[in-house]
Amino acid sequence: MTVAAVSAPKGIAGRALGNRSLMAGLVILALIILLAVLAPWISPFDPNDQDPVLSLGAPNAEHWFGTDFFGRDVLSRVIWGARVSLFVGAVSTAISMLVGGTIGIVSGYLGGRFDQTVMAVMDVLLSFPQLIMGLIIVALLGANLGDLILAIAITAVPPFARVARGPTLSLKERDFVEACRALGFSNGRIMLVHILPNVLDDLIVMGSLWLATAIRTEASLSFIGLGLPPPTATWGSIIREGFENLLDAPWLAVFPSLAVLVVMLALNMIGDGLRDATDPKAAVS
Amino acid sequence: MPGLSPGMTVSFNDDRERTIAHMLRFVALRLVMALPTLWAVLSLVFVLVRIVPGDPALVILGDQATEEALVALRHRMGLDVPLWDQYLQFMGQVLRGDLGQSMVRNRPVWGEVATVLPYTLELTFLGIFLGVVMGLPLGVLAAQHRGGWIDAVARWTSLLGLSFPAFISGILMLLLLAVELPWFPVIGNAPFNNPPAHLRALVLPALNLGFIMVAYVARVTRSGMLASLSEDYIRTARAKGVTARLVVWRHALRNALIPVVTVVGLYFGILIGNSVLTEIVFNRPGLGKLIVGALNDRDYTMLQGLMVIYALVVVVANLATDLAYGAVDPRIRVR
Amino acid sequence: MSNVVPLKTPPALAVKDLTTGLRIRGAWHEAVRGVSFEVAPRETVALVGESGCGKSLTAMSVMGLLPAKVGKILTGSVTVDGREMVGLAERELESLRGNLVSMIFQEPMTSLNPVLPVGFQIAETLRRHRGLDGAAARAEVLRLMNRVQIPAAARRIDDYPHQFSGGMRQRVMIAMAVACRPKVLLADEPTTALDVTIQAQVLNLLAELQAEDGMAVLFITHNLGVVASIAQRVVVMYGGDVVETAQVEDFFARPSHPYSAALLSSVPRADRRPEALEPIPGQVPTLLQMPAGCRFQSRCPQVMARCVERPPLVPVGGRADHRMRCWLGVPAGAEGEGA
Repeated sequence: MTVAAVSAPKGIAGRALGNRSLMAGLVILALIILLAVLAPWISPFDPNDQDPVLSLGAPNAEHWFGTDFFGRDVLSRVIWGARVSLFVGAVSTAISMLVGGTIGIVSGYLGGRFDQTVMAVMDVLLSFPQLIMGLIIVALLGANLGDLILAIAITAVPPFARVARGPTLSLKERDFVEACRALGFSNGRIMLVHILPNVLDDLIVMGSLWLATAIRTEASLSFIGLGLPPPTATWGSIIREGFENLLDAPWLAVFPSLAVLVVMLALNMIGDGLRDATDPKAAVS
Repeated sequence: MPGLSPGMTVSFNDDRERTIAHMLRFVALRLVMALPTLWAVLSLVFVLVRIVPGDPALVILGDQATEEALVALRHRMGLDVPLWDQYLQFMGQVLRGDLGQSMVRNRPVWGEVATVLPYTLELTFLGIFLGVVMGLPLGVLAAQHRGGWIDAVARWTSLLGLSFPAFISGILMLLLLAVELPWFPVIGNAPFNNPPAHLRALVLPALNLGFIMVAYVARVTRSGMLASLSEDYIRTARAKGVTARLVVWRHALRNALIPVVTVVGLYFGILIGNSVLTEIVFNRPGLGKLIVGALNDRDYTMLQGLMVIYALVVVVANLATDLAYGAVDPRIRVR
Repeated sequence: MSNVVPLKTPPALAVKDLTTGLRIRGAWHEAVRGVSFEVAPRETVALVGESGCGKSLTAMSVMGLLPAKVGKILTGSVTVDGREMVGLAERELESLRGNLVSMIFQEPMTSLNPVLPVGFQIAETLRRHRGLDGAAARAEVLRLMNRVQIPAAARRIDDYPHQFSGGMRQRVMIAMAVACRPKVLLADEPTTALDVTIQAQVLNLLAELQAEDGMAVLFITHNLGVVASIAQRVVVMYGGDVVETAQVEDFFARPSHPYSAALLSSVPRADRRPEALEPIPGQVPTLLQMPAGCRFQSRCPQVMARCVERPPLVPVGGRADHRMRCWLGVPAGAEGEGA
């Protein structure tokens, strides 16, 4: 119809908004990463310095976020906690992206019975609620940094595998891949040079969204009490300690909660923006 | 469906019977198809619980335990027979509906589960209900007034809902609506035999789950509505003089429901995780508190039983999603 | 001066000086300009032209179905059975659409709602405009489905669109459109997406229904073969302008506007050798690139200096019912008048 061809003036505004949120998200995230990296220099106190006199102190000029049960400065703990929380989130997301992406590409490319089996296994893993899976793996493995990262990474492997497999299935039927095969290129090279770059976009969009999930999972596990052992500060464990004193000193839980929320918002804004930017369908409508 | 005139469907009874028979066959088919998944999930549970590093008996009884006590416990847990026999035994028990004895509380796992299951079920169902009841209209209105203020509200609600970890939204709700403004009890637990108090205690936790779900539902509804509103059949409906209200709420929404069902189905896993966190924040009894307790106590049989329950819940949820598909999309129903 | 051919009966549909604008990048452009024509009861008028010539937009203007915020009627009038449609509130338009004036569309595969039974979709029109409900609506739907020759209607009334073939779906569309016996039926390329044999059946069905109910039919098509077989009169559009209107016999015998001539020689005909086929060079300019004056000048083999001014609609061969919008019809030296 003639009308449909010209009726897309909204698209421009929509895309600008999407990109604006992408930029805002990136700026916020960059600031928080900067804070985390600079923790040793900018954190006002040692995050683990205890002072019984200051137990459950309200926010004041010296301790902006107040002090916790052991008299530790909450702002310093939140800044140091950002290091652990962001690190665990980023590394576990990177691992699941790498492992899941590889499984998805190889499985989709080889196809056949191998593909069916792998995907069946992924489906079974996927059918467990993500947090429950994380809980159980952490409980089984123990709660040191490496195992925590591994546990969170495992829960995200199946979704990444699915995202990578979809485009691989259609790419491998394309002429240029056939041509490469005819020219005698190895399967490994075809996957690395011709398939991976085409799958990467989807993996990155998914990664930005999953980074939020990973940070949230770490915080949730720590909140439940299955995170890193004390006195290591992570956002989840700070909130947990605050939650135990919720009625006497609500600020202990509120400030670190807001920190988590800001990072989640930034990551979701980035994810939305990236999706709008890479999905031609979203751009048109 | 509210849109259909009663006269259209009621007047043909054999059609109805045909439809019911059809649905039963559909359910049976899906159940059969779910069996391999269920088997695989159960096997996974078995394996997961067995790969615990170290001797569970030693973990439970501690270093001071005597050798006799350890042997007795291993025997009681069925750990002194070959792995293959343990597997068959486990499967046999599950098939008979026997989830074993809790190691720590010395009560049947099933009994423990049955006591708290109603709390978790009412919480999750009310959460889904609130999420859909608030999310659908929000998504529809946002699509209808695209670029307007309600669209902005929907956008920010979705962004916040997707961003909030359930325990954080729970804590903030608790602080605002139970501590600062004492509208709701701080502890989200009241017995079933006191209905008013019970409901009051249920509201905040359910709102917490519902709020996060609104984000998912509103977002998909909005994009689904935008897609279906630009379809040819919308033009047809308008061309026959169907009122604007019915065009949106009947013709467009019925089609937009299809992706919504997908999302609600996919959301179920997140919902279960969120219900665990919500139960902890609001100190409600339920599967969540049970599983955290079992993890802290290293109660392996309890853990194993709970995983079986969760696996069953997920399989049932998937089945429900498939059925819902059939209800909203006739192209799937008839195949 | 009136652009309208006088008719004996009062017209069922009268479009007068209709100008419809589309908003592109913030500015309004005239996508249909000054279009006038009439369709009498029982008459079929073919609206012909390439895609993008404004023929669908004209139909959407008549229905009041222009896309909100992007399209609107700038000037002119549309009367259906004597009632003015332009300027009506949406609520009033709703009560007339499907009632006084109906429309069927090109894509039978996508024009029916996939999640509602066809019987229900037909009944919707009856419920909306006739207040029929329940068993009464169902009986009338059955009658209509039989009337449009859907086999085993009683068994298929609760089936869904995906269970029907393309031709059957178009019959459902037709049943929906004629359910309230409208005075005017707009058919926007209703057979283009169908197989040739099915096409003929659907055209026959439309002709039967028209003979029975006395509808006026505005048939939008780019298929000149279809025009020859069903229409009494032809309105040719190009770039939003009506460039020629004629009785169908005159049109095929003496296509006068250079565009009409080009259009006719670009379609294969049984009475000519295939070598005589001449495609029209170039493409329809987009609205943003439309030339001032005659809009066909960029592709016209007989373009001349005067074409930068908009030509008037003038009689051809001294006949009042055959007109074209071209300077070729204006005697040299008479430039000043007419426009």
